[in-house]
Formats: sequence, C-alpha cells, structure tokens
Amino acid sequence: MTLEELAALLDAEQARAKDEIDKAETAAALEESERAFLGKRSALSTVNQSIKDLAPEDRPRAGQAVSAYKTAVTERLEARRVALSDSAGEAVDRLDLTLPGRGAGRGHLHLITQVQQELEEVFLGLGYEVAEGPEVETDFYNFEALNMPPAHPARSMWDTLYVKLGRPEEVVLRTHTSPVQIRVMESRQPPVYTVMPGRCYRRDTLDARHSPVFHQIEGLVVDRGITFGDLAGTIDAFTRAYFGPGHTSRLRPSYFPFTEPSAEFEVTCFVCDGAGCSVCSKTGWLELGGCGMVDPNVFRAVGYDSETYTGFAFGFGLERMAMVRYGVEHIKSFFENDVRFLKQF
Amino acid sequence: MKAPLSWLRDFAPIEGTPLDLADTLNGIGLIVEGIVAPGRDIAGVRTVRVLAVEKHPDADRLALVDVDPGDGNAVRVVCGAHNYAVGDVVPWAPPGAELPGGFKLERRKIRGQVSDGMLCAPDELGLSDDHSGIMILAPDTPLGEDLRTVLGLDDIVFDLEITPNRPDAMSIAGVARDLAAALGVPFTLPVPGGSGVIDLAPATLVVDAPDRCPRYVAMTGRVAVAPSPGWMAQRLTKAGMRPISNVVDVTNYVMLELGQPLHAFDLALLGGRGIVVRMAEEGETITTLDDVERTLTGADLLICDANRVPQAIAGVMGGGGSEVSGVTTEVLLESAFFTADGILRTSKRLGLRTESSARFERGVNPNGTAVAAERAWELFAEIASGQPATGALDAYPVPVEPIRVTLRTARVNEVLGTDLGTDPIRAYLEPLGFVPSDVPDGRDSNGAVEYTVPTYRPDCEREIDLIEEVARHHGYNNIVRTMPRPTEPSGGLTPFQEGRRAVRDALLGAGLSEAYTFSLVSPADLAAAGLPPEGIELENPLRAEESLLRPAVLPGLLKAAAFNAGHGLPDVGLFEIGHIFLPPPAGQTLPDEREHLAVVLTGTVFRLPHEPNRTVDGHDAVGRLEVVAGALGLADWSLEPDAAAGFTPGRAAAVVVDGESVGAVGEVDPAVRARLGLAGPVAALEVNLSKVLTASRRERRSVTPSRYPASTIDLAFVVDESVPAGAAQRTLAGAAGGLLEDIGVFDVFRSDALGPNRKSLAFGLRFRASDRTLTDEEVGGLRQRCIDAMAEHHGASLRG
Repeated sequence: MTLEELAALLDAEQARAKDEIDKAETAAALEESERAFLGKRSALSTVNQSIKDLAPEDRPRAGQAVSAYKTAVTERLEARRVALSDSAGEAVDRLDLTLPGRGAGRGHLHLITQVQQELEEVFLGLGYEVAEGPEVETDFYNFEALNMPPAHPARSMWDTLYVKLGRPEEVVLRTHTSPVQIRVMESRQPPVYTVMPGRCYRRDTLDARHSPVFHQIEGLVVDRGITFGDLAGTIDAFTRAYFGPGHTSRLRPSYFPFTEPSAEFEVTCFVCDGAGCSVCSKTGWLELGGCGMVDPNVFRAVGYDSETYTGFAFGFGLERMAMVRYGVEHIKSFFENDVRFLKQF
Repeated sequence: MKAPLSWLRDFAPIEGTPLDLADTLNGIGLIVEGIVAPGRDIAGVRTVRVLAVEKHPDADRLALVDVDPGDGNAVRVVCGAHNYAVGDVVPWAPPGAELPGGFKLERRKIRGQVSDGMLCAPDELGLSDDHSGIMILAPDTPLGEDLRTVLGLDDIVFDLEITPNRPDAMSIAGVARDLAAALGVPFTLPVPGGSGVIDLAPATLVVDAPDRCPRYVAMTGRVAVAPSPGWMAQRLTKAGMRPISNVVDVTNYVMLELGQPLHAFDLALLGGRGIVVRMAEEGETITTLDDVERTLTGADLLICDANRVPQAIAGVMGGGGSEVSGVTTEVLLESAFFTADGILRTSKRLGLRTESSARFERGVNPNGTAVAAERAWELFAEIASGQPATGALDAYPVPVEPIRVTLRTARVNEVLGTDLGTDPIRAYLEPLGFVPSDVPDGRDSNGAVEYTVPTYRPDCEREIDLIEEVARHHGYNNIVRTMPRPTEPSGGLTPFQEGRRAVRDALLGAGLSEAYTFSLVSPADLAAAGLPPEGIELENPLRAEESLLRPAVLPGLLKAAAFNAGHGLPDVGLFEIGHIFLPPPAGQTLPDEREHLAVVLTGTVFRLPHEPNRTVDGHDAVGRLEVVAGALGLADWSLEPDAAAGFTPGRAAAVVVDGESVGAVGEVDPAVRARLGLAGPVAALEVNLSKVLTASRRERRSVTPSRYPASTIDLAFVVDESVPAGAAQRTLAGAAGGLLEDIGVFDVFRSDALGPNRKSLAFGLRFRASDRTLTDEEVGGLRQRCIDAMAEHHGASLRG
C-alpha cells in the first residue's frame, strides 16, 4: 500500500464511520461501530500493519494520517455516546422532582427579629455597636437617671408595671430601652456609638395598637462635638439606608425628659412614597419616634462632663415600624405565633 | 388645647392659610392634631324671629311656624320641635341653604302643608350632638343675619397637643405669643382695664400652707348671675367648654385665655366670709361639684371658708357648698398659685383630672395671678354687671423672682451645629419674653448674654433650655444636617450577639420558626406546663393572665403550639429566645435575669409522598440541640438521662455544657399535653442560652487530614437497658485513644434472645494514624481495649 492508497483508505473509512456512528441508536450499536472502525479487524488495524512497509520518509505522514483518523472517529463516537445517553431515559426509573424536597425546610425568623436585625445592620454599618440590658430595672435606671426624679410629672407619660421586689415601686419592668443608655454610659467613657434594641413593657391592655409587651430600638451617640445637626443627619442617613434613596426625614419639637432639645422625627411615608395615603393620613409623612440631644442632667447622672461631651439619642417602636411597613393590622399577631402569620415573612 | 384663630388674633395680627399656620405651629412644637372649621358645612342659614305657632292640621306632632327673617315678609315652616316660643330668635335654613352632610334644602310639602325650609337644632348645624330642640339664640340677635357670622362660625379652631413642659402654651395668649414670634408679628397682652370699685364688708384670707400655695389672690365684688352673651358662649364652645353662667364662664374664659385657673365662690355661702388654705386632715371628705364625695389625705390641699369648712380641693375641683348659682350676688374670686407636684399627686390619687389641675400640674405663672383676677373682673363688669370691691387680698409672702440664665453664643452653636450670632439668637428669644441684659464686664467676651426668664416659662431654667428655644424658633429643619465622625471608630456585634444570631440561623435552617410569647404569665400557665405556679409577681398587673414574670420560656411556647393546634395546625416547630426571671440573688434587688432558648415540636414530621409519616419524638428535639451546638462549635456538651419538670419521666435528659447542667430536652409529659389540649407527642427543650453562648468552643485550628488508609471496626455490645448510648460512646472514645478518627452508634437492638432489660448497642469506629498505615496488630489491640473498657464500665459483653 502506498502512502496515497493508505490516505485514501483512511478518508473513505472516516466518511463511512461518520455515517455508521450517527446511525447507531443504542449503546450496543455504538460499541459495534467502535470495533468496526477502531478495532483489531478494522481498516485502521490494516493500515497500522502496513506502515512498516512504507518508505521511511513517508512513515511520519502516514502516522499523522492515522492519528487524525483516530481522533476524528473517537470524537464522533463520544459525541454520539453523549447524544444517546441524553435520550436514554427509558433505561432508568423516572424521578418526579416536582414532588416536595426532602429535609426539614427552612423556618421563619420572627418579623420583629427581622426588623430589629435590619436596623442593627444599618447602624453596624455606621460603626455602632449593639448593647443590651435587663428588662426588669430599678426606678433609678428607668426614670431617675433619665432626668425624672421621683414624682416628676413626665413619669405619667408611661403606664408602668411595678415588680414586687425591693421597696414599693422601686423595681419596674422597663418602660423603654433608655435604661440601657445609662448602663452603657456608666460602664465607660465616651466615645459611645451604640444602638439598644429590646423588649419593653407598659401597663396596657392588648388591643389593635397596644400591647403590654413590645419592642424598641434606641440609638445613643456621645462624643466630642456632637451636634443637633449630627442627630438630624444621622436620622436622615438611617432613613435612606433603611427605606431607600428618595426617603427623607424631618424633625419637630417635642418633649422628653432625657433630651434637650427634644424632637419627634417623621420619615417619608414608605407606603405612598410621600404622595399621601390613608396610612400617613394624607400628609406624606409617618411619625416614627423621638429623639434629641442628651440632657446634661443625664450626663451628670452617669458622670460625664457635659461641657466636654455632647450627644444625641433616638428611639422608636419595632412593632409600629413592622405594622406600617408590612401592613400588619393587629399588634396581637406578633405574639399569637400563629404559624400562618409567622410563615409569611 | 383648642385654639380658635379669632381668639389668637386678639393678641397678634396672625395671617395665613390654616394649613400654613398649622405648619408653623408644628414647627415650634405646638402639634396640630386637627383643624376644625365649625361653620364650613353651613351655607345660607339665617336668623329669624318666631312670630306665631299653630298646630299642623293633619299631624299632632308637627307645628306650623311663622317666622320673620328681618325683612317683614313672614314665611311659614313646618317644624317637629316645640321648645321655642313666640318672640324667640332661631336659626332658619331657607330653600337653597346647605347643611352639614351636603344636605341642600328645598321648598316642600309636609303632610300637605308647604314648608319654606326648616328651623334647625344644634346637631343639624353640626355644632353639637344636641337634638333636644331648635337652637334658641340670644334675644338681641339681629334678624336676617348669616348664622355663621352671628355664631362666629367663620373661624378656624386648631386642636393642639401641648407637651408637658409647656405650661405657657396651655393658654390662648401663650400660643399666640409663640406663634406671633414664629411669624415675626408683634404680640400684645392687653392690660385689664380697671372699673369702679365699691365697698363691701371685707373678707379674710389665711394661708396655712404657703409651701403648697405660695400665692393666693382673692378679689371680692358684686355680680349679677345670668346666661352669658353669645360671643362668650361661642368662644367657650369653640374652645371645648360648655357655657354655664356668665360668672362661671368668665372664670373658664380667663383660664383658657391666660392659663390661670380661677374659682368663683358665692361669698354669702363662705362661712365667716373668708378663706383658709390648709392641708386636709387624714380621711376628711368633701363633695365636689360633680356630686362625688371624695376622701382626702394629709397630702391634699384644701380651700376652706373662714370656719375651716372645706369648700374646694385646691387646684382640682370646687365643692358644692359655695357654688355660684342664680341667686349669687357677691363672689370671692380665687386666683392662686399652687405648686405643681402637690396638685399632680392629689389629682392622680383621686383619678380626677380637670382643666384646672392640668394647668397647675405643669406650673402656672405665680406672677400672673393678680392680672388674671383683674381680667376676670374686667369681664365681670362687661357681662355680669360686676363691681369689684376695694381691698383685693394677696397672700404672697415670698414673691417668685424671675431667674437669670447665661447663654453662650458659642455653646448654642456647639450643641446645635449652627453658626448663629449673638444678635439672631437674641432676636429668637426676645419675642418669647426672655429679656437680655449684657453680662457685666469680665465675665465673658465672646457673646455670652444673661437672659431674664419670664415666670410663665418654668421649663427654662438652664442654658440648654434656652438653646432649645433658639432651636425651636430657628427651625429644627433649618439646621444643616451632618454626620458625626467617630473619633475612635469601633462597633460590631459582640461574640455573644454573633453567637445568638448563629443559633437563630441554625434553627431556621433546621426548619423551626421563631415565636415571641409574652414574658408575663399566669400561675395557671406555669401549672399547665408542669412547673410550680410561682414566679416573681407584679405589683400592679392589669390582668391575672399577666401577673408573673416568666421563670421559663417553655410554658408560653407550649401555649403557642396549643394555639396553633386549636386552629387546625397540629404540626409546628417553634423556637423562642428570650429573657426569664428568677428570684434575685442574695443581697440584690433585681431578678436573676437570664436569656433562654426553648424549642417545641408537635405532631407529625415529613408528611411527604416519598416517606412514611412519623410523629415527633425526643430525638427531633435532640437534633435541634445538635444543630445549635454545631453552629456554636461547643467543645464540651452532652446529655445525661434525667428527669425534668414538665417532661415525661424516662424520656428526658439534662443538657450538660462544660460539666454544668444548663437545661433539659425530651418529650413533654402527657399530663401537660392533656392540659394544653395537644393531642400528639410533643418534643421540647429549654436551655440557658446565656450559658450556652459563653461556653467553651472548639479550638479553630487546622489539622491536615491524614493521607494513610483508615481501619474501620464495628463493635456490638449487649448492655443493661439503663446504660445510655452516650455514656457507652464516651467510654469507647476514651479507650480508643488518639488514633480514633470517628465514632458513632449505628444500631440499637432489643430481642427476646438478649433477655429482658438488655439491649445491643452497635458502634462503628474508624481509626487512622497521621504518619503511617495501622497494622492489624495495632487495630486488634485497640479493639480489645474497647471491649475491656466496656466490660469494666458498663458490664457489657461483646455480642456474638
């Protein structure tokens, strides 16, 4: 066999192999083709044996032709094998993967936890830390250190639940998370950049809007040179970070014993984006919480020098936030733990 | 506090749309809760005089009324009310007039008689709920006038929420002063005009309790009691008070106008013709104007007559004994300054909050009492033929001097972040009544100004209080917003908080949903959960259901599971993380407050087509515990079979972390389930999460996995039923030593052949060395050590 004959034979075989392989419908037929075109009795085998009879200078070219043939046929076989296996369904049991998957499934974080953690994240991103404190407090932490000495009229702003410990009315269920401010400041010197989430209590009957048990988050910043402008800017930054760009805030004077100046803050209604709707009473604004510059008397209670340091605090209720944001109609839903409610979030 | 715009305009030329004015009021912290325009829905209603009344020929209850609208052309209307008489002036809605609710009148026939419109009752005009009869107007009301003009209904009333620190704003004049300052218009408080004085038999005044009543002004005089004229009645009505009689109305009017509560006593009914201000005796009683007998304590202040008979609870409410009535001819007018905390305590204790007490509680102006009394006598003169007597009494032993506060310009800007000069600051404060006087030389060179604080602003005692005033009138939203720049940025969650989040995430991944139950429980809740019905008690619980602080989370969580079961949702997996409260440690006041984690699993798990249903059991709860331990990487934790309150005996274990029991896991006692109405098995756990989160964690150090082959052996032991698998596994692990790479139970088996109270525990052990292939001899030796240890510690024999 000359080099030309050899090459012609391989070309013809390659063309034949292409047809045969593509016609194979089963794995067995494909194996048959493999034997026929690459096996011991194939033309390839014949060609391989005849190479030694070629002139030495022709042998490399013959080798290249053989290699090209093998590559082409092998690839063709592989391609067909893949194609066949794709459609080889009848060989295996079908698995209906539209059935529910195995595993416990994922549970649901309580909506208040979700809101709390989202808010924590905003402030963690601003470099704050998260502080916590006891839910049962002394009168000192809940009122007195917050510039509400005994019989201060502002104490009537909260309906307090008292605990039968200590002297009469000495131990209370905290009516706000503000006692944590005192504990944080007592524990160290400024700077303080902290948010304080937690459970609070009021002597309220459970109805659509009120609950004896509820949750708040407060923020406290104390440092040199902290201004009311910083407070307003922080509220604004939080509003944008939490509700999205385009949301803003505004402040109006209010009264809290532990801040001076005091303010209430409102944010662009996140239901109507400020256009005015029934949720915001057509004002475009939602009242969210209270804030202000830390009163010098509070600093005095914790031993901070109010000439050196200034600070601000803000706080609001998590239930109200969640109710407005997610359209929860009844505060009771947060405490009934009906799984049909829990699983919505 | 209701502030009619027309009344505010008595003091300042206030202009602007209602919405703009509301914005301004909100901006200075006088929060507008509502804007009422009482006459907004009325159009075309006119005043008429009743000329004649006759019965409707075909209807007993109706009358035919001829009225004169002032032009002499009498018209006839059909009317269902009968409370008027010929000559009365009444409101008439002619055809074409409009009434609230979009109701437009037409001429129509009623039982065959033509009615030209209708006569109106107050409720039909939207003025009150009163539908008892046609509204009768003052007899001198001009006829044919628009009712809105006559009644002053073309007005706007701002309903304001006044914060507790603003006693001055509990008055029309105070609101006007603040609003005028914000609008930059002048504010004028007229000085009451004097009137001719008369001589009356003198009255006496003794103040026994000057610390509670630092000032008492009493002005006597003669009055003629009658109904108030229309303007007075209208203003009071718009401000939310009911007109009573001219004398009483004047006291209310001045209170609303100036913020100084007044009280008029019938002088003839004051025994001894005088006043004694004294503390009440313990248990002393007085019947107040609302006909309720009130029992007093030694901390309550009384206004008594000269015979020391109680006539009023000071600052709260008058008594019936000396009430002004139709036959009163002489009055003693009280204008006093009672201290705020005393009034607050009395009003709180009696549960009696009045317009008067609300003002005293915040603090009235001690230097405004005399002016208020003079203003009242000016009005008595105007509408009650009042003639004050000579010799006003004024017990004011220690006059309250206005305080002075130094305000540093630099400090204003430091606190607010503004760049205000001394003059703009002064321009904010002066219109509010703060009087500047430059500090004498040497005190401060950079713009510190001493301000005299008006005594009607007791809330302004300190520099910071004045800074708030500056901020209010500069406008909170005009302050440039900046961000603080932390000098030492730190932050982030603590390891404890990170751990708690990891626990939450792990439990979510394990299919549980988070619950929030009340931390307030009832003894019955605890008993139902199999716990002692005891806990730290509340002093003043609103309901028995919320009378204890929870000593555990599980009772509430079980209740939540029962709630779901009751709503057709028997298969739930819930967890809760929250505080629990145990009695205070010795020497402490506050409870031992801990953070707990509880889990409840009920009903059936895996209700799936490819697997058989299975009810929950204790292993499900243990699985969740493993997930928690795994998420935290606890170094040392185990379960020890143990009884626990509320759990089924023999199906519960103590959770031991770092050698200390921190809680329990297992199956809930059937008795508990029965009490809660939970039909199926319930698996549960409760642990002290504070302990778990602070427990030792596995060291996080890399160990390169060995490249050498493993040797695996399986060992099945026959042991007594009482031997816990966990204990056996620990024994094996100890005996196997450092070459043990992994160990686990793969079978628990019981049979007749093993005998009663015996079981087979089968363990798989995998050994591997880091530096060589283990020889058969080595593995054989390890195997024997395991068998020996099991025999020694648990009396176990290798199962043949």
